[in-house]
Amino acid sequence: MSDPARTADHATLLAAARAVPDPEIPVLTLGDLGVIRDLRVAGDGAVEVDITPTYTGCPATAVIASDVQAALSRAGADQVRIRTVLSPPWTTDWMSQAGRSKLRQFGIAPPGPAERGSGPIRLAFSVRCPQCGSPDTREISHFGSTPCKALWTCRSCAEPFDAFKAI
Amino acid sequence: MTGARTLPPLAAYALALGDDALILAQRLGEWAARAPQLEEDVALANIALDLLGQARILLSYAGTVEGAGRDEDDLAYLRDDRDFRNVQLVEIPNGDFAVTMARLLVFSAYQYELYTVLGTSDDATLAGLAGKAVKEVTYHRDHATQWVLRLGDGTELSHKRTQAGLDQVWPYVAELFDTDDTVSRLAGVAADPATLHPAWQQYVIPVLTEATLRPPEPRWRSRGGRDGLHTEHLGHLLAEMQHLHRSHPGAPW
Repeated sequence: MSDPARTADHATLLAAARAVPDPEIPVLTLGDLGVIRDLRVAGDGAVEVDITPTYTGCPATAVIASDVQAALSRAGADQVRIRTVLSPPWTTDWMSQAGRSKLRQFGIAPPGPAERGSGPIRLAFSVRCPQCGSPDTREISHFGSTPCKALWTCRSCAEPFDAFKAI
Repeated sequence: MTGARTLPPLAAYALALGDDALILAQRLGEWAARAPQLEEDVALANIALDLLGQARILLSYAGTVEGAGRDEDDLAYLRDDRDFRNVQLVEIPNGDFAVTMARLLVFSAYQYELYTVLGTSDDATLAGLAGKAVKEVTYHRDHATQWVLRLGDGTELSHKRTQAGLDQVWPYVAELFDTDDTVSRLAGVAADPATLHPAWQQYVIPVLTEATLRPPEPRWRSRGGRDGLHTEHLGHLLAEMQHLHRSHPGAPW
């Protein structure tokens, strides 16, 4: 049995897990990203956390797991079990409003609404330049410096920028 | 001989899909620092990474279902070519950029239909992976589509080379849609490849038409990747992919 004095309450543990910064975009917390899906204290006293990866091959997934483990230990958990859950798949719609503003301040355009359905007409939302706010931007590449970002450029201020892909 | 190992159907199925993703990830990784532009280096490496992520989940699952204690690394690094179950399409060399894009178009369009169907599989792991992966593959397919349109309907030279790229990969396409014993023993769990073909065609053919390219009519077709029959190219690919792990047995990250 774990020492009850060492076992922090559920809300404290959840807050500790959510406050862990994302290793690749440290301006965001895991709570902002929406990747912490569940946290519970199991019968044997261990803290179980469900984490969903943003992309199946995202190299940050392993770092996230060990960072959460460390944060929960600091918050008083004796034993931590991390479970990777794929379903329901992570979507950028789970990103918090606070996270979206932080991204913009950091120079990354936040994701628009994830596409629903697949009609014959490809409807693209305009992405605003996080530097100057202009909607006159264009995509250079679907793929950027991390799996979750695309590379864009602004026609108004001529600066390139990363945009969070809506998925 | 290790090749004689008989896997439960579900393990064999996960392994086949995982091998497709793993081998194409390795091929796309070869483009890093060699693509026509920096953005393309990044794009192809990202696509390779997505495929590698899918492969890791599928290979791990195959190992779990098999129940013989093999993990993703054992399956990726310690099997010989005859034990790989990928279709031959993913193992043939990259060729030039047009060949690579022709292959990415036909393969990602296939994976898109595959994962769409697997999203409702009775198997929770396969369904979970498919629901996630279909979002990634949508990007891959779109990327390949844009390049095939641009190159096919581009200059005389880019058109000619893109048509040549299609001609080169097309004999390997039919194999994607072959039904085998493993799949027919997994009703409700696996996606029957033959049933994916109409939707695949409905996507790919209009792209080719818009790109002013003609669907090739090959005089031969590949067979046997799912039974471990491969081209000579797979052995060379594996030698490079597996060499480090085999030189340092048991070394983890």
